[in-house]
Formats: sequence, C-alpha cells, structure tokens
Amino acid sequence: MIPGPIRAVVVGASAGAVEALLTILPQLPDGYPAPVLVVVHVPPDRDHALVALMDPRCRVRVKEAEDKELAEPGTVYFAPADYHLLVETEGTLALSSDELVNYSRPAIDVLFESAAHAFGPDLLAIVLTGANEDGAEGLLAVCQAGGTALVQDPASAMAATMPQAALRACPSAQIADMDGIVAALRAAGGAA
Amino acid sequence: MTISAPVEDIEIELLLEALNQRYHYDFRHYARASIRRRLTQARIQLGFASLSAMQEALLHDAALLPRLLNYLTVQVSEMFRDPGYFRALREQVVPHLKTYPSLKVWVAGCSNGEELYSLAILLREEGLYDRTLFYATDINPNALVAAETGIYSLDLIRRFTENHQKSGGRSSLSDYYRADHGRAVFDRTLRERVVFSDHSLVTDAVFSEMHLISCRNVLIYFDRDLQDRAVGLFRDSLVRHGFLGLGSKESLRFSAHSAAFTEFVRDEKIYLRQGA
Repeated sequence: MIPGPIRAVVVGASAGAVEALLTILPQLPDGYPAPVLVVVHVPPDRDHALVALMDPRCRVRVKEAEDKELAEPGTVYFAPADYHLLVETEGTLALSSDELVNYSRPAIDVLFESAAHAFGPDLLAIVLTGANEDGAEGLLAVCQAGGTALVQDPASAMAATMPQAALRACPSAQIADMDGIVAALRAAGGAA
Repeated sequence: MTISAPVEDIEIELLLEALNQRYHYDFRHYARASIRRRLTQARIQLGFASLSAMQEALLHDAALLPRLLNYLTVQVSEMFRDPGYFRALREQVVPHLKTYPSLKVWVAGCSNGEELYSLAILLREEGLYDRTLFYATDINPNALVAAETGIYSLDLIRRFTENHQKSGGRSSLSDYYRADHGRAVFDRTLRERVVFSDHSLVTDAVFSEMHLISCRNVLIYFDRDLQDRAVGLFRDSLVRHGFLGLGSKESLRFSAHSAAFTEFVRDEKIYLRQGA
C-alpha cells in the first residue's frame, strides 16, 4: 500500500506518545533503510528522557537530533525539548528556537512541513495519539507534496483529538491501528 | 504554510539576493528550512500571493523592510533561559572575571534584550556590574529599540522569576523592575553601562578585548560557512582566556576554529579562548 521507496519517515505524537512509540519503535528492524524523525511534545526541562527510554528497547539507533547532522538510515532522531526540528533539502537536520507553534516547541507541523518540502513523495508521515491539533497542517503539506500520510485510528488512540484533526485536514490519509502502523513502516522499509 | 515546489526555492534565492543588494541585509547563508518557514509566514501575514510579489514590493518600498526583518530575525527568548547556563556562569566563570579590574561583555544577537538584562542582573548580584561595559548588538533596529526600552509583558515575569531563582539568583527579580499597566519596566540603571549597536555577524568586523561573549541560539540559524565566520569573529574579539557562551544545542565541535577554544563547562556550552 506504500508506493515506491521512501527516503524518510516523520512521526508526531503528544498525549499517549510514550506507550505508542514503545509499541512501534522496538519493531523496526536493525538497519531500517530510512531515518525516522520524531517530534513528541515534551516539557522544556525533560531533555533526553525519551532517548534514554527508547534506545535500550530498540534495534535501530535512537538519539537526540543535533543541528546540522546528516539524517542517517537506521536511526531514530528525537527533537530536543524546547527546539523545533526541521530537515533541510539535502537531508541534514536543523534546530530552531523560533516561537512556539500550536503552543508547542518542538511542533509537529514544523517538522512535517520541512520534510514535505525536502522529500516530496518519498516521505512517510505518521500522526499518532495526542490531545491537540498539531500535525494537521503538516500532514496536509505532506499530502500536497505527494507523500504518504498515515494516521492512527482515533478509536485506538489514547487521545483522539490529534488524529481526528489530522484526518479532517487530510481526508486522503490512510487510517491504521498500531499493528497497521508497524506493518506500514516495515513495508515502507522494504520488509514484509 | 503548505505548497512546496521548486519554483519557491528560486523565489527564496531571488528574494534573499534582492534583500542583500538593495538593503545590505545578507540572509543568503542562513539555514534554509527556517528561512523558508519565516518567509512563508511573512508572505501570508503581509498579504502577498507569492514570494515574488513580496520581493517586488520590497525592492520598491523601503517601508516594507522593517516589517519583513521582524519575521526574519525576531528571536523569542526569556530571561535566564536555560538556568543551568547562568548558574555555570555565576559559579565557574565569575570567579575568573573577578580577577580583572575592568570587564567587557558582548551579547551578540541580543534580540529584545532578555539575555542582556539577565547578564546585567547576574553581574550586579556578583558585584561586577560597575566595572563592566556591555555591548548589545543585533541586526534588527526594532529589536535594539525594544532591548533599550527594557519593557516586558508581566505575563512572562513568573517564568523569568523561576528561571532566575534556578540560576542561583541572590536577589529577587522584582528588585529590578516595576509593574506598570500589565508591563514590567526594567530599571534604567541596568542599562547605564550598555552600548546598544547595530552589528551583523555576517558582514561586520570584530569588537576588541572582550572577556565574555554570549551568543545563544544564533549560530543554529547559520549555515556552516557563516558559523565559521561568526566564530572567527568571536575568536578575534576575545582576550586570551576570554569566555564564549553558546546555546544549549550549539557547539564548536565541527567549527573551523575549534582549536582556538577549549570546553570550559561542557554541558552548558561555555568555551575558553586559548592563547595564540
């Protein structure tokens, strides 16, 4: 169901993010062929906590995104607390301390819009559980650039608001439960 | 904030070129993803159908320049942002600064002044203010005016106060401002020893004999070449064993000038200028 090879995956999550990501990320195989860029809404003072939690449980490498580093396949990058994460057209990561977007920094829209521009149709974007509407505009940008949009089934999400908003903004997005999201990720990475 | 097409990349190039040739504001080596976002925001809010249309207006109407600059440069900051940084300055850098009879401190990219006032308060608490001369620079004249005015919304003060306490503040932040119609007006004596100046890290020259340069969350907006230029300016502006403080996600690790500095407080991105 995913067309063509992808160059990157972007993921956005808010309330309920930890459980959702603990279900998904450990199932990515070692050497997953694309970088996975993740924005989770975290308070400014909770730096590094997600990386410390996820890394020992994952087969892929998990790290905090650093400014100007090249996004490598087989690696999950988390936006640092209190910074927006963006990706440049040449595939390097960029941080910014611009104003909050949707009351949040990092914001999902900021990552998704930059990734839509950088990767166009070769992007898989996933909106997971959350209690706000961040990610909706970003997902629309992904759809308009020809990327693949995937939204967690609101019924299966701990907080339905964010997936619902994403589906309103981007009605053509595919809907999947956790198993479906894992399957889509693996399929996009070329594994069954 | 949608639409992405190669034509927009061309428009960005041309607009930045126009801005440079017409007004000598050079954003050509700024990190592109953030610039694209800010230009798109400006285009929408200033009511232009395309970046080309905005560029045409910009070339012919100088009044548009300050409005556009506000989108391209304004940084949001807060007083004592990253309290650990200020605590490290207080506990580890100040003892060295106390050995100098007079001090020069440069806040590069001072924006609306939050960091300048934080440093002025910190140095006053540490008994160094009266022997310090501050240089606060930015490329945005509007930001410099705001910094010189020193007025912030009272809504922000709670956060500033928390940060100040976490940074090891020895006084109460309320000693330094008075409330006035929902605004916090900072004490004019905090800027008695401050020189506010229009200065560009892209095109302008060094300041001399600085003991401390604080430049936080500015370099992340530059590409590698421009970062090297700015860090070279800092190197040449600092006294031997002067200090350079960067933002929490910035580092000199990949800088062309990394050999000129050593890590002084690694976790807080405070560097020490080495002797020549």
